[in-house]
Amino acid sequence: MSVTIMGGGIPGAAKNEAVARSLGRRRHLTNLFVKALCITATVIGLLLLASILATLLWNGLAGLSLNVFVTDTKPPGSHGGLLNAIIGTLIQTALGTVIGTPIGLMVGTYLAEYSRGSQISNVVRFVSDVLLSAPSILIGLFIYQLLVEPMGGFSGIAGSLTLAVIVIPIVVRTTEDMLRLIPATLREAAIGLGAPKWKMITLVCYRAAMDGIVTGVLLAVARIAGETAPLLFTSLGNSSGLGNLATPMASLPVTIYQYAGSAFDDWVQLAWVAALLITVGVLAINVTARLALRGKK
Amino acid sequence: MTFRTTALAIALAGFSFAAHAQTQITGAGSTFAAPIYGKWAEAGATATGVKLNYQAIGSGAGINQINNRTVDFGASDMPVKAEDLTAHKLMQFPTVIGGVDIIVNLPGIKANELKLTGPVLADIYLGKITKWNDPEIAKINAGMKLPSLAIATVHRADGSGTTFVFTDYLSMQSAEWKSKVGSSTSVAWPNGAGGKGSDGVAATVQHIPGGIGYDESAYAEQNHLTTALMMNKAGKFVAPTMAAFVAAAGNADWSKVQNFAIDLNDQPGAASWPIESATFVLLPLDPKDEKQSTAVKKFFDWGFEHGDDIATSLLYIPLPQSVHAAIRTAWKAVPGTM
Amino acid sequence: MQQAIIIPASGRARRGFGDAVFATTARASGGLVLLLLGGIILSLFIGGIAAFREFGPGFVFSTEWDPVHQKFGALVSIYGTLITSAIALVLAVPVAFGVAFFLTELAPAWMRRPVGTAIELLAAVPSIIYGMWGFFVIVPIMSSTIQPAIINFFDGIPVLQDLFAGPPFGTGIFTAALILAVMVIPFVAATMRDVFDTVPAVYKESAYGVGCTTWEVMRSIVLPYTRVSVVGGIMLGLGRALGETMAVTFVIGNADRISETVFGSGNTIASIVALEFPESPQGSLKLASLLALGFILFVISFIVLAISRMLLKPKATGG
Repeated sequence: MSVTIMGGGIPGAAKNEAVARSLGRRRHLTNLFVKALCITATVIGLLLLASILATLLWNGLAGLSLNVFVTDTKPPGSHGGLLNAIIGTLIQTALGTVIGTPIGLMVGTYLAEYSRGSQISNVVRFVSDVLLSAPSILIGLFIYQLLVEPMGGFSGIAGSLTLAVIVIPIVVRTTEDMLRLIPATLREAAIGLGAPKWKMITLVCYRAAMDGIVTGVLLAVARIAGETAPLLFTSLGNSSGLGNLATPMASLPVTIYQYAGSAFDDWVQLAWVAALLITVGVLAINVTARLALRGKK
Repeated sequence: MTFRTTALAIALAGFSFAAHAQTQITGAGSTFAAPIYGKWAEAGATATGVKLNYQAIGSGAGINQINNRTVDFGASDMPVKAEDLTAHKLMQFPTVIGGVDIIVNLPGIKANELKLTGPVLADIYLGKITKWNDPEIAKINAGMKLPSLAIATVHRADGSGTTFVFTDYLSMQSAEWKSKVGSSTSVAWPNGAGGKGSDGVAATVQHIPGGIGYDESAYAEQNHLTTALMMNKAGKFVAPTMAAFVAAAGNADWSKVQNFAIDLNDQPGAASWPIESATFVLLPLDPKDEKQSTAVKKFFDWGFEHGDDIATSLLYIPLPQSVHAAIRTAWKAVPGTM
Repeated sequence: MQQAIIIPASGRARRGFGDAVFATTARASGGLVLLLLGGIILSLFIGGIAAFREFGPGFVFSTEWDPVHQKFGALVSIYGTLITSAIALVLAVPVAFGVAFFLTELAPAWMRRPVGTAIELLAAVPSIIYGMWGFFVIVPIMSSTIQPAIINFFDGIPVLQDLFAGPPFGTGIFTAALILAVMVIPFVAATMRDVFDTVPAVYKESAYGVGCTTWEVMRSIVLPYTRVSVVGGIMLGLGRALGETMAVTFVIGNADRISETVFGSGNTIASIVALEFPESPQGSLKLASLLALGFILFVISFIVLAISRMLLKPKATGG
């Protein structure tokens, strides 16, 4: 937006034309300077993203091969792949989502439908936000003390439960936001037709908010797919196969953690491939979810 | 043989084959031993029917896991003290021996050129010697042009048996180190940066001119790191070669130690490498499932019988046969066959 | 409301039952969330109590971390956590502001959505990827180029030369703060952008009408109007930085010491727990100390989050 004033072309009224001109020039230059800084800042942000993606593609594509997807992880030098880690991540992510989403959905419903404005709802909402921002490593510690120690071993179910705890507050947030957006007229119409409250919620509100809720679930999935620290303390990882829910279970992020710092070139290579796979998956989910959400808004 | 007996024989063979169905064992601990255990598992899988899931999370963590009985065996480069073995009802035995190299990054200085002694190394890590052209270092490296760079010490950030071997050696060489810092898988380093894993240490040393660190010899060899010569007990400067490791290991007197807890640091002999250790495995004396203990023993038994070549190819030193025999006798204390 | 539907008595009973079940489930889930948080806090506190008992309140102020002599203190990790987050904010906030300003005022309409999404994608990248990128890409650049340059620049200036001294390891507090800054930028930028958008157009238009430049509108109208929420957004970013584990563990240098130079190595609470928890024996003082550190981290995050919510609350009604 250019700074022009009717008559004179000098910003700012001043009796002394020279002062006015220099003042105007200074303001104009300051404006340009700040604009340049902001564009630089944005370019920096975009360059950082580009750098991360470029690094992943450069290092990860080199190791991408069919072998990665059909072979389990093996000792260094044995042409191992990532099959068990991929499946392990899929299983634990799916299970974490399946366990965490209904709970998050119910809590979001509770906040939006059953306790609006009351003090207890503020507390529950605050607690949910605390859980959302809590360092995930602390959640892993909690499940370790709760489940791993009494069970006497690491397990896929402990890993899945940790991920479920991380999913819950994300789904709570989106569910509540989406349910609040539903116009009161829609609810009143349902009640007016004689529907019990629970049918109103499940058949009308959920259906109306479905897009947004699904988006929230997708964002949660993207978040937990990349979590490492909590899995270190709960499902540990499995180098010889998949494991199952009662034993240590393989996962991509833990495999990356082990392989990236290791001494062997083929392992470091696989770490990059795994990093590429996770990032591509996570970003794809995010872009899809955000596009859907923007359309909804 | 009649048709019936042949069929019976085949059926029985099939049955025993099924009985050899894969048992999965879990182990955790030493990163140092991870490559050899992995290779043994792969090579011996069909013969033993045992599948190994080994998590290289560090010696300290491995000891912790077996104490909590969350794994079938623990692996540690640091031998566990006798009273701790009794308290946690564990049995300990060694598997292979390996050396620890000192790696440096000095412009213009190539592998196995720089000479260091134990006391000097301790003083470097204590922070008493801070520059590479310090007279103490120059004294033992007469004729070498040492840069006036600051010394940047690097250590293992994670709890590591390699750290234990290194700090144990420093404790032997410097009374000040022993009282001030001590030796363990994780210590209070007076200075320097930590690197995560062997890779982290090597990368950090390689990035910074004037850097010094310690790493497993197999790793240093594979990655062509610039290693330094060390003075051994006999006063000779030796390079970290397979021959030097074998020389040090050959001096070991296994009969004098309890629980196989031998200390191979600073061994006598003109050709011996001074920083070396066996790596140990810990088995519970009261396992939850005897089948698992049997499988673990079977796995290592195969390694002792058939795995020596694999060990040497990965730059480990296999144990002498007498020690193998002693280990098999000691295994009888662990419930389960074998 | 007209009674157009005849409700059979049995139907009503059934409906009441369905409602009761649903309502109870909803309320119970709310309770579950409360229990979860309570459980986490309690388990951390109970686990860490042995450390507080052994070292007393001095635990929080002690810089020792000696596994051999069994002496532990929280100050090194707390210091590391706070300083990496603080430096990260100092680096991130101006860039985030620049991005938000660009997206709300400067960018042409067709550019806003793709650029905005791209910046938000930075937030979606998992933490361990940042760790790998930081370790393999940033650390070499730091140790070969940036750190020596800064060290030489400040060499000779009395106080600052000690602050920016030391061997250029490449890893260290500053590098960790740099990576954290990159992770925090999208959070702060997104909040700032949302908040800038809530300024009523009439204020901005009147300012433009009297001849203000874009920057002057931002400085005199938008920022004062959104000041509180902007700080809230910054605190949200702070909360994220405080708990970051994987990205920091790879690049912070992992030394249990407070070093006077920002290029020195250190530890944050999250990184020390990740590194040393696996090897802490059951029931040991070290484990208790780590859990106590976890409790302290939780308290710090809690306080930061509470403040941020308080500051962001007026904005929430804008929806």
